Amino acid sequence: MRVIQIITGLLLLIQASIASAVLDIEIIGAGEKQIPVAIVPMGGDAKLSQTIHEVVVGDLMRSGLFRMVDLAGKFLTEPSQVSYADWQVRGAEGLAIGNVSALPNGRIEARFRLFDVVKQNELVAQAVTASDGQVRAIGHRIADLIYEKMTGDKGVFSSRIAYVNRRGQNFRLIVADSDGYNEQVVLAQNEPIMSPSWSPDGSHLAYVSFETGHAVVFVQSLYTNQRKVLADFRGSNSAPAWSPDGKQMAIVLTRDGSSQIYLVRPDGSNLRRITFSGAIDTEPHFSPDGQYLLFTSDRGGSAQIYRMPVEGGPEQRITFGEGTNYSPRHSPDGSGFVFAHRNNGKFYIAMQDFQTGQMELLTEGGWEKKPSFAPNGKLVLFASEAKGRGILATVSSDGRVKQHMFTQSGDAREPVWGPNP
Amino acid sequence: MKKLVISLVLVNLLAACASNKPAETTAATADSGTKATAAAKTAAATTTQVADDRLNDPTSILAKRSVYYPFDVDAVQDADKPVVQAHGQYLGANPNRKVRLEGNCDERGSNEYNLGLGQRRADGVKKMLELSGAKSVQLDSVSYGEEKPRASGHDEASWAQNRRTDINYAK
Repeated sequence: MRVIQIITGLLLLIQASIASAVLDIEIIGAGEKQIPVAIVPMGGDAKLSQTIHEVVVGDLMRSGLFRMVDLAGKFLTEPSQVSYADWQVRGAEGLAIGNVSALPNGRIEARFRLFDVVKQNELVAQAVTASDGQVRAIGHRIADLIYEKMTGDKGVFSSRIAYVNRRGQNFRLIVADSDGYNEQVVLAQNEPIMSPSWSPDGSHLAYVSFETGHAVVFVQSLYTNQRKVLADFRGSNSAPAWSPDGKQMAIVLTRDGSSQIYLVRPDGSNLRRITFSGAIDTEPHFSPDGQYLLFTSDRGGSAQIYRMPVEGGPEQRITFGEGTNYSPRHSPDGSGFVFAHRNNGKFYIAMQDFQTGQMELLTEGGWEKKPSFAPNGKLVLFASEAKGRGILATVSSDGRVKQHMFTQSGDAREPVWGPNP
Repeated sequence: MKKLVISLVLVNLLAACASNKPAETTAATADSGTKATAAAKTAAATTTQVADDRLNDPTSILAKRSVYYPFDVDAVQDADKPVVQAHGQYLGANPNRKVRLEGNCDERGSNEYNLGLGQRRADGVKKMLELSGAKSVQLDSVSYGEEKPRASGHDEASWAQNRRTDINYAK
């Protein structure tokens, strides 16, 4: 019990450093098929209901896979009030209703129901609770339930993202909700921060910091904010990546010459080198089954994507053709990978299937770097540029829906999508 | 604590520099190292031995403290070799002197790739300094990749300035 209190205290401390709300969001394009849903604002506490409604509608709209059905003044909160015929006439396939209230113990409880208007049955009836001040989390959870029941894929709205915000010489490592709200500052300093990487359970971030004058890899707990040095050898220490089981990490060191890939346990023990090219080998990323690494290397004369067994062995080049390629990340189902493609002076977000070997561009190109998949593989988060600033952007993995997220000030860089909670 | 001290020293040195020399208008980030070095040198010259320090001579080849590269190249270019060799000879003759080699890149590439490229640039200069007479204990090499650009434009004029290794003398 005491431990729980301490952790809560620390979380409050981290919460206290939250920057004021973000951000402008632009959505471009739409999914091939948009599911029409009617989201009725919840009954009960009007203020809580309004926030939850905004979050749910915002999440579903940003996915590009939903269309909001006009409620035409209808308001209902109970299953007994549902008339399927009414909603069929309006073209809705899903109907969400519920009630929200603040409980005497300070928590918030939302009782939520989702109906399939076409099949005329109840899909979900669930009470979602959260602590005071976490009302947006309730909205994200409800949006996840709607997304999962209506599309068959798991939602990602309750997951978090990490990125670096640069304002002049000030660098801040930030963790935020998937919609960019609820920013928490993990680290703030006047030296660069690079390459944040989530532990598979979402409890830790590894990252590169220049605070001691050169690139050093740190691992930091998001619960206690305690951190430790993972690698601080001569030259540069960088590009941390976690294995799917969280038991080992890949990092890049220059202690033996050019950038090469090493494996190490998260406590810093059992360090061993696994590439021996003498070229620049960097940006390792584990496959979902933990058996392979993708990485960037210029061993063939220009930066390209390579693949190798984690325990060492034959390294195989897998990107060819015009241009150079960087920052590979496996898709969650392991069938392909996303990466940054540079050609004709532009950077594009690209995807490639392992089986076909075909590269597909997901974006029109610009200054687009550092892609990472959402946990369900349906969205890709990346760093882009608009109006002269570094921004966060997403694109659906079919390339149809794009979203730009503008933070309040400074440049957003180095985004990476975290695991589902 | 140590960091605070270093920061204070830097601030003082910058102030000293500003009062001694006409202001420079280039970006502060990339230049602070150079300025601090120049100031450190000034401070060292006034407090300790003044004699024979060609580092103070603005007409000496040693006044050049940066070498530049084509895109995605880490080898020291022919035009810059005499500069690096002169620093190597100076360091060989002045074994108490130390330098920090800081590799930088333009923003084309991923920043992790560029961190690796910047390190190769700095290490290349380090190797040439050693071949010219410097001892390895006098030399430290680091990379900033594309993280500390001197010029911030998305154009070749900016990129050309950012593809460089700085030779920074420590006090």
